[in-house]
Amino acid sequence: MSVPEPPMGLLAELTHRCPLQCPYCSNPLELERAAGELDTATWLRVLDEAAELGVLQVHFSGGEPTARRDLPDLVRHAAKRQLYSNLITSGVLLDERLLAALVEAGLDHVQLSFQDVETANAERIGGMVGAQAKKRAAAALIQRAGLPLTLNFVIHRQNVEHLPAMIALGAELGAERIEVAHVQYYGWGLVNRDRLLPGRDQLEAATAEVEAARARFKGRMVIDYVTPDYYAERPKACMGGWGRRFINITPTGKALPCHAAETLPGLNFPSVRDESLAAIWRSSPAFERYRGTGWMAEPCRSCDRREVDWGGCRCQALALTGDAANTDPACALSPHHPTMQAAITAADRSPASDFVYRRIGAAPTVRA
Amino acid sequence: MTPDDTVPALGRGVKFRFDAVRQAWVLLAPERLFMPDEQAVEILKLVDGVRSLGAIVDDLAGRFNAPRDLVARDVATMLAGLADKGAISL
Repeated sequence: MSVPEPPMGLLAELTHRCPLQCPYCSNPLELERAAGELDTATWLRVLDEAAELGVLQVHFSGGEPTARRDLPDLVRHAAKRQLYSNLITSGVLLDERLLAALVEAGLDHVQLSFQDVETANAERIGGMVGAQAKKRAAAALIQRAGLPLTLNFVIHRQNVEHLPAMIALGAELGAERIEVAHVQYYGWGLVNRDRLLPGRDQLEAATAEVEAARARFKGRMVIDYVTPDYYAERPKACMGGWGRRFINITPTGKALPCHAAETLPGLNFPSVRDESLAAIWRSSPAFERYRGTGWMAEPCRSCDRREVDWGGCRCQALALTGDAANTDPACALSPHHPTMQAAITAADRSPASDFVYRRIGAAPTVRA
Repeated sequence: MTPDDTVPALGRGVKFRFDAVRQAWVLLAPERLFMPDEQAVEILKLVDGVRSLGAIVDDLAGRFNAPRDLVARDVATMLAGLADKGAISL
């Protein structure tokens, strides 16, 4: 067993608590309650261990990370260890006092999410009345504080038509970066797939819009774009490869190679309560399981892209083919690829509402 | 081609530092990072928001005893690439 390269990024999911209920949330269907969350001292130790292991960037996420009162302490500690700190927030709990504390602590960057530009639709998608005004206020505070800002828009069939206005909002708010990400269909997104998956015409229009905006804002605003797998011919390198670049810590302290990995059966994910981050990264069987290319079967094993996409997403392979060790069905070479076409056909017929909102206990027992 | 009197600077929220674990310089930016090669590291060390592009080129051409126009082209190409990615402001 060779020693893996150190991870680049740590995703610190501080809490699953969140005032919003977005139906495509990347959190697992089984949400953790506040009582099970790691305490401050443990997070501070994790940050120390991350810096020593070679982590360069820490993404404070959730849930809503600003729901944790110790967030400024964690940011300050990250800065002390020269970890680049990124806050991934919905903005609805961000007031002047908290932002000032975060700036003083040395926060490097904020990613602020919007569910849409159109208020009624945004608040219907996020499941929180009054959220949009709070987000606009948060953006103004961030801009005034001089912090670099990314606006995040998750797009899907029920908001994709507003993409031009989303990009215009980024320019209006002085964002250096916009992230336009199609819903990824795992967990809650998969539950709501039929209500969210865009049509091919919508996807093509969105892609063309992004390309035009990139040319228009070249050198002033970066636009990152994440496409949906369902129209792809080849899979994405999920997390840059299993156990290669990222380590994700859940609110209760489980270490995962990706935020959805707990859906995979037969893997025991170690806890930072019991083991050091270095021991977890270098030698835990769960991180070794799909690392590199040795685990691959055909068509991945002999594919010249095996070290480009690393076989795609294990969670998607499990959810759509029943076996996490299969090639991601986003790949046209997978015998399961037609399941994606079938999902597109099903989505086109379904009604445009009735989300299953992300709430504790709301997960359906029969999965989509 | 970027004019010689342009003063390149790191973009807002961008940090350039030495990583002791990898024994390598890293350029950290909002939700992305770059591992510059040796030549790019020498250029980035001179990007301080004060020096002009021309001064950076003069410095490198002198220190590495290289033709100025060749250095100028390499520096401009490298910085323009990073500017497109939001890591450098020109």
